[in-house]
Amino acid sequence: MKYIDEYRKKELILSVSEKLKEVSTKEITLMEVCGGHTMAIHRFGLSALLPANIRLISGPGCPVCVSSQHFIDTAMAYSKLPGVITTTYGDLIRVPGSLTSLEKERANGSDIRIVYSVLESLEIAKSNPEKHVIFLGIGFETTAPLTAAAILQAQKENIPNFSVLSAHKVMPPVMKALVAEGVKIDGFIAPGHVTAITGTGIYDELAAVLGLGVVVAGFEPLDMMQAVLMLSLQLEAGTPSVEVQYQRVVHREGNPLARQVLEDVFELRDDRWRGLGIIPASGLKIRESLADFDAEKRFHVEVPESTEPKGCICGLILRGLKTPEDCGLFAKKCTPSEPVGACMVSGEGTCATYYKYRS
Amino acid sequence: MCLAIPAKVLSVEGASAVVSIEEVEYTASLLLLDGVMPGDYIMLHAGFAIEKVDPEYAAETLRLLVEMEKNRPE
Repeated sequence: MKYIDEYRKKELILSVSEKLKEVSTKEITLMEVCGGHTMAIHRFGLSALLPANIRLISGPGCPVCVSSQHFIDTAMAYSKLPGVITTTYGDLIRVPGSLTSLEKERANGSDIRIVYSVLESLEIAKSNPEKHVIFLGIGFETTAPLTAAAILQAQKENIPNFSVLSAHKVMPPVMKALVAEGVKIDGFIAPGHVTAITGTGIYDELAAVLGLGVVVAGFEPLDMMQAVLMLSLQLEAGTPSVEVQYQRVVHREGNPLARQVLEDVFELRDDRWRGLGIIPASGLKIRESLADFDAEKRFHVEVPESTEPKGCICGLILRGLKTPEDCGLFAKKCTPSEPVGACMVSGEGTCATYYKYRS
Repeated sequence: MCLAIPAKVLSVEGASAVVSIEEVEYTASLLLLDGVMPGDYIMLHAGFAIEKVDPEYAAETLRLLVEMEKNRPE
């Protein structure tokens, strides 16, 4: 497959691995922020190709995982409103809420539908004019513009029975929050597709002020190995900066149209993250001028106090402080078929990835 | 979640394109990406084209790596 197979060539991967062993001397910890990167590292066994002085830790880049228990419970409350059809990306449906999951609510009769594209929600709204369709908007800067585009499209087509419950989040505040919290990180393998939208400016402060290396990476094994090499060279030289490994997709200024659409529809607000609490200006709220498409403005629901699943350390794992193997539930009480916490639900959750590729 | 896959653009009509991934055809919304032409490769993310794949940069990245491989001591 073009643009995939070339980046999986074994000889090239091994030569980067050798080069790394040659140049890397310092003990460094690199965080891969994106769940897609976590998957690639484990799927291709990349940790084994790194010198022992380079440690990789997984970060908070799985949207399903970082969605707070409160959001899951709120989504559940909306899905139970009479006349509502809830649409969602697949993973979210299985996340256990405080009492139940969307999947169980669906079995109990709530109309909850999995969509591949948010635009399907508009079609569902048009063919069910007597119902109201609520899309559960989760995801970072890669996915939020899609929701924004759907809202603008609904406005253009005058679709009155469509709204979004937004839990969209942005990446830079959480990266800064982890560093401020004292998680030991020397550099970030930064998310390629988030940056394809935002451009690289969002990381400038991390490098210039906090002295961290940042390399925006693609998702194939060669991309990731090259990104680690670039970070290693930066840190060995003591010159951390923002670089792009994934140049075939990421431009310095990002995708201007997508950025504009995002800006037109959303504004920043403080938001709640699983395991991290409330992080200032880290979430995306639908602008007042588009309140007709904001489920929070259209409907009021009562959400009981949320409780975290007992024994689950998903929050600590998302902060890079623990690994799934530190958890007493991992692979025993908590498995992909019967997940206790969100990190085991999503295919790109750290626990699900560890489970799938565990030795 | 942020997964996106390279897909070849077969045709463009208005704000959507027909793209192909390993001979399977999908529809890609072009609401977030201007200037897409048949023959381009785009990154497809949850039904949307979010960026083009730049063939020159793709070749350059690989060229650098191949060079490293050639310079590897035997």
